[in-house]
Amino acid sequence: MIKEMSYENVMARKSEIMKASVGINYSDFESGSIAFDYERMMSETGYSLEEMRQIQMDAGVGNTPLIELKNVTSLVRKFSEPGKGARIFLKDEASNPSGSFKARRAAISVYHAKKLGYEGIIAATSGNYGAAVASQACIRGLNCIIVQECYDSRGKGQPEIIEKARKCEAYGAEVVQLTVGPELFYHFLMLLEETKYFNASLYTPFGIAGVETLGYEIAEQMMEREGRLPDAVIATNAGGGNLTGTARGLLKHKGEQVKIIGASVNLKGLHMASDEQFNKKSFTTGHTGFGIPFSTWPDRSDVPRSAGRPLRYMDRYVTVNQGEVFYTTEMLAQLEGLERGPAGNTSLAAAFSIAQEMDKDQILVVQETEYTGAGKHIQPQLTFAKDNGVKVLVGNPREEIPGETIILPEHPGLIQAKDLNMDNLRTSYIRNCLSNTQVNNPSESDIEFLAKDTKTSVAFVREII
Amino acid sequence: MEAKKGDWVRIYKMVLSPEERAAQVPDDTKKVPLELWDKGFLLDEKAKIGDRVKVETYIGRLMEGELVEIDPYYEHDYGRCVPELLYIGRQVKRLLKEGN
Repeated sequence: MIKEMSYENVMARKSEIMKASVGINYSDFESGSIAFDYERMMSETGYSLEEMRQIQMDAGVGNTPLIELKNVTSLVRKFSEPGKGARIFLKDEASNPSGSFKARRAAISVYHAKKLGYEGIIAATSGNYGAAVASQACIRGLNCIIVQECYDSRGKGQPEIIEKARKCEAYGAEVVQLTVGPELFYHFLMLLEETKYFNASLYTPFGIAGVETLGYEIAEQMMEREGRLPDAVIATNAGGGNLTGTARGLLKHKGEQVKIIGASVNLKGLHMASDEQFNKKSFTTGHTGFGIPFSTWPDRSDVPRSAGRPLRYMDRYVTVNQGEVFYTTEMLAQLEGLERGPAGNTSLAAAFSIAQEMDKDQILVVQETEYTGAGKHIQPQLTFAKDNGVKVLVGNPREEIPGETIILPEHPGLIQAKDLNMDNLRTSYIRNCLSNTQVNNPSESDIEFLAKDTKTSVAFVREII
Repeated sequence: MEAKKGDWVRIYKMVLSPEERAAQVPDDTKKVPLELWDKGFLLDEKAKIGDRVKVETYIGRLMEGELVEIDPYYEHDYGRCVPELLYIGRQVKRLLKEGN
């Protein structure tokens, strides 16, 4: 039978295609209302922490160094009140085979795809995850296709994304590059249908649980070095998986008291699906354009129930501006001798500010770095920004307007993480749940689920409903 | 320039015309088509830029599209000098030394 390939027809087959390509029957965990059994989904479809560590170790993933940034900490203390200025540690995830923490997620998805007998694996990503899936697919002998949103209608591509295409091809993957638009998903579905490959979605339990080893390693390494857990861990937040997985890993090491902070680059005002604005941004991930919508409605992802649920774990959510992240990237290179990619330094920029509020004997862990190279580096990214009409200035980063200016702080004392109101985000999530599921009278178990999913209380949820 | 069978080439195709674009797409994006590029080994005996061709992608998938580049290569680099960045290293090093 010949299948209809129009946009509407393919989208209408979404759930059957997704079911065949991730091998999970999500309805097994559904209550038929707002609530679903998240923990059972994570344990029944995923792997134990020990299994994941073994899978990752076999594929050269994990056990990355945890480096104390002594010079950055000293600089932080120049701007702190007496007795303030926490020690900053950095988990050097760039040491993973494909140059980022995404190797952890890919390792589990690719292993699982191989185990289920799929011949190949597909991922829709313009970010480091593509290189991670491509690299892991090599190790396990699977074919790999990466689908990227890469160009605007003039055919201009972000240097960072083009570099990632190169890296995927270096691992023997096929890279399909598209212009801006959410219909990338339509083409992605067609590829899944045509190839019958596994969908390495970032939002399945495998994709999220793979990051648990990162949180667990942080806890283990801190215990070994300092005899205690860190006071706070800061994770760059986009789709929610990085933060969710890290927090879950810490909890598996009795890390209940560790504060979990999310950080995103502020891209307020830029529309993610806009052809004209696509190349006005200098960050392709880790920004508020993903971070806020995915926090307040995680199930917008490509699977029915996202395993990445950041509000379930997040204690605090801050934003930093593009100029602050570029400055911090240069600071990391010149004070610590670590040249790393800018996007991976989003949480480090926030840490520079947050450490100033914390006591001197406290410890703040920045949980990732990413590789750097041609295209994926402050210089080409700022060159590209200038070529696209964005002004690069030195001054007060608070005055930065995404898409118009990038303002490098004239002084590191101006780097300031800006808090988002957590209760507003939680309220927005609860309202989205009610309107998207069209449940008018949430049950007791729905309310309990929402309380857990927002790290609040039944009373808080009732107030909003 | 002409490509011959087996050459590594880049192809182009339009996935959706502006009229076919999804309803939720912003207006500026709706004015332009959804376009695609991929690479593969040329299956036709020979072809020139602009021809409709068949290729086999690196993983062995068959595809059709318009030939746009022969022996495609990446042009991304380390960018031009960005003078605005040059103060940062000196500044953080100076601040670190101050008062020590």
